[in-house]
Amino acid sequence: MSLLGVENVTKRFGGLLAVDHVSFSVPEGAVFGLIGPNGAGKTTVFNLITGNYELDSGSVSFAGANITGKPTHRIVAMGIARTFQTIRLFSDMSVLENVLAGRHCRMRSGPVSAMLRLKWQRKEEREAIGKALAELRFVGLAAQAENPARNLSYGNQRLLEIARALASDPRLIILDEPAGGMNELETAALVNLIGRIRDRGITVLLIEHDMSLVMKACEQLVVLEYGKKIAEDEPDAVKQDPLVIEAYLGSGDEDF
Amino acid sequence: MKPDADNIRKGAYAAVAVLWILAPLYLDKYWTDVLNNVAIYAALGLSLNIILGYGGMFHMGHAAFFAIGAYTTAIVNTAWGVPVLWLMPFAGIAAGVFAVAVARPIIHLRGDYLLIVTIGMVEIVRIALVNNVFGITGGANGIFGISSPSIFGRQINGVVAPGHYFYLLTVFLGATIILFSLLEHSRFGRALKFTCSDEVAATGSGINAAGYKLAAFVIGAVWAGMTGTLYAAKIGFISPESFSFWESVIMFMIVILGGSGSIPGVLLGAILIIGLPELFQGLQQYRLLIFGIVLVVMMIFRPQGILPPAPRKYPVDKLEKQEVSL
Amino acid sequence: MEVFFTQLTNGLAVGGIYALIALGYTMVYGVLKLINFAHGDLFTIGAYLGLSLLTSLALTDHVGAAAGIVILAVMVMGLVGVIGILLDRAAYKPLRTSPRLSAVVSALGASIVFSNTVMLVYGPNPRVYPQGILPTQVFEVFGLSVPVMRFVILAASVILMIGLYVFIQRTKIGTAIRAAAIDQDAARLMGINVDRVIMLVFFIGPALGGAAGVMVGLYYGQIKFTMGWIYGLKAFTAAILGGIGNIPGAMVGGLLLGVIESLGAAYISMAWKDAIAFFVLILILIARPTGLLGERVAEKV
Repeated sequence: MSLLGVENVTKRFGGLLAVDHVSFSVPEGAVFGLIGPNGAGKTTVFNLITGNYELDSGSVSFAGANITGKPTHRIVAMGIARTFQTIRLFSDMSVLENVLAGRHCRMRSGPVSAMLRLKWQRKEEREAIGKALAELRFVGLAAQAENPARNLSYGNQRLLEIARALASDPRLIILDEPAGGMNELETAALVNLIGRIRDRGITVLLIEHDMSLVMKACEQLVVLEYGKKIAEDEPDAVKQDPLVIEAYLGSGDEDF
Repeated sequence: MKPDADNIRKGAYAAVAVLWILAPLYLDKYWTDVLNNVAIYAALGLSLNIILGYGGMFHMGHAAFFAIGAYTTAIVNTAWGVPVLWLMPFAGIAAGVFAVAVARPIIHLRGDYLLIVTIGMVEIVRIALVNNVFGITGGANGIFGISSPSIFGRQINGVVAPGHYFYLLTVFLGATIILFSLLEHSRFGRALKFTCSDEVAATGSGINAAGYKLAAFVIGAVWAGMTGTLYAAKIGFISPESFSFWESVIMFMIVILGGSGSIPGVLLGAILIIGLPELFQGLQQYRLLIFGIVLVVMMIFRPQGILPPAPRKYPVDKLEKQEVSL
Repeated sequence: MEVFFTQLTNGLAVGGIYALIALGYTMVYGVLKLINFAHGDLFTIGAYLGLSLLTSLALTDHVGAAAGIVILAVMVMGLVGVIGILLDRAAYKPLRTSPRLSAVVSALGASIVFSNTVMLVYGPNPRVYPQGILPTQVFEVFGLSVPVMRFVILAASVILMIGLYVFIQRTKIGTAIRAAAIDQDAARLMGINVDRVIMLVFFIGPALGGAAGVMVGLYYGQIKFTMGWIYGLKAFTAAILGGIGNIPGAMVGGLLLGVIESLGAAYISMAWKDAIAFFVLILILIARPTGLLGERVAEKV
């Protein structure tokens, strides 16, 4: 069953057609990859799904509901969480607090209940901290919980972004180049982590340049070039696709 | 941080609190009144801190909300004789409603653009008061004859008995401190800090950044409005000059000098900004000059403010053991 | 029609002064992203230094009114420019890497220091510029009379603005200033001495503010140590109106603000004059959040 449906999505920046009538659908429970040469419009597609950019045309549906044009925070609450290509953590705050940001949309207390220190409000706080710690254990950062986020290594900052996204109990997690800046060891651990995320029943949609990771982790791939979809298939088939080979060789990218 | 450093800090706060509470016993009327002003500005600083410190919005027009609270109190009290303390919630609501109306269209403006718009807002409010808008503000002369608060039938006159008024203000300030530190360490306070730190990341984590910014504005405004009641009732007289742009600047300096986002910092900021010019009185005409130099020097030596916010501690150890299903 | 013309010319003259002060805000902001709240007081200092030099040197007696005023203005600009550099060294340079609002409070402190120094030196009462130096004639245009002074003031500010614009756009140093405004680190990597650029900006901006101070003294004849506050606020408004950091924006914003205020005072209400300027500012920012000529920055995700 399809969890996320992207229909004829189009986005223009001035004269540049960044995303041109792209459609694909992500089945529930899959690890789905979005690949393509630099500047192909992959991150823009993510930003269109999560409501960071407004669509020029087309539509996005999630779990049967039309989410086109909904504000980002509402989309997160509906069950789509994301990480950022350029790491965006709350760098002065602790690792734990960063994860609590992701938990925010599953909590209810507001300013009045906080000032009254109601019993349920305190319980909710405790549970949120417990959940955040559990997510930190899940990605392997529990020992760092009280350190400021800015002190983490690059690879660990990526993991923290994943923990923050997971804390919102998403049905779909969108990872934008999760292996960027990671060494081989870290990347291997990441492949394992992605598998464990899927085992929790969370659908994964990812952009990645590291082809070994894509080939190992993904079950289905969509290939973009110049904002257009040029292929969609299983990894092994995509690897043979002449259009895809052309796109990568033509752009001088030797990862493939 | 070493655990004993934490205790030293707590001990120091307790000592200051005791000194504060006993102040009317060892200070004369004049200095007690200075402390009353410190208390009022401390409450104003704490309310601005929600907007500027946690929310990170460059707001230099806080005196407008203070003015609306004070004028609401003055107008209703002098016209219908409603006891001033009853008017506190109404003053807060009036300021809050005004804040919603004003903040909605401007809240998305970036840093310095928001700064000048809030300056414009406070100037417009002051000019409206001077021009006796709706014929109820008394123009440039302001409003006289606001009654003193009374508690259990006993009048508390801020001019005759500043020592009594001191305790009224201290109760209000104490409540403000407790409520706002609960707020700071809650889901709401965190959401504001996330928004301040990185709005895109906050929204991407599921936080309604625009909504929280507006809520911060309203809470700050409501509190400044309520503080306005206590100010108006203190001397029984208000005029537009008490709510000028310069007043907003003073509140702004209290927050930044003390430590943006830090409750102890803001309290210290209020003591310094309101208290120092009084201490420098012996310097006569050089008083403000020295004050200006002190401001520059303190900012250079403590750019984060004198008491920047301490990192938040969570009961990690206690919760580490408990298993949570993912 | 007569009222309109009078107010328009008056508005343009005042607007020219606002624009000159606004340029100081916008240049400093462009390079350092700092609001120099002490800038209005540099303008005041310019007005008072102009008064001192005018009365003590009696330049106008030796070389004639026009040349005397020009020499005076150049001297004041030089002196205020140097004060600007000293201000940066003392109050802002130590805070370059600090949170932006710390520098704002330092600027407010500097502003208090400047205005109180002026008060201590010149006294708290308003001071009067010598009269009869400049032409008091009245122009007759289509049967409408306009004091020549207004044109002189407007012309002087326009000449200074054009001079600055050409300097910024056409010279190598001007290019360095623009480069540092776009990206300080990149400019540094390209071999631009950014510290020198900052020094220059802190010279030119205050110098223009000082010139505006002399112009206000000559135009209104009376100066006060607190005047920098309100002029500074208006000029800052003008800079934001045009889009802060943008030099033509400050010019347009200043002239526009002067005219709006002047016409508003005549046709709407004198008592609401200052409020009208802020209303217009707020409306424009609601429609264009980064000012008239400001760049629209979209947040990159």
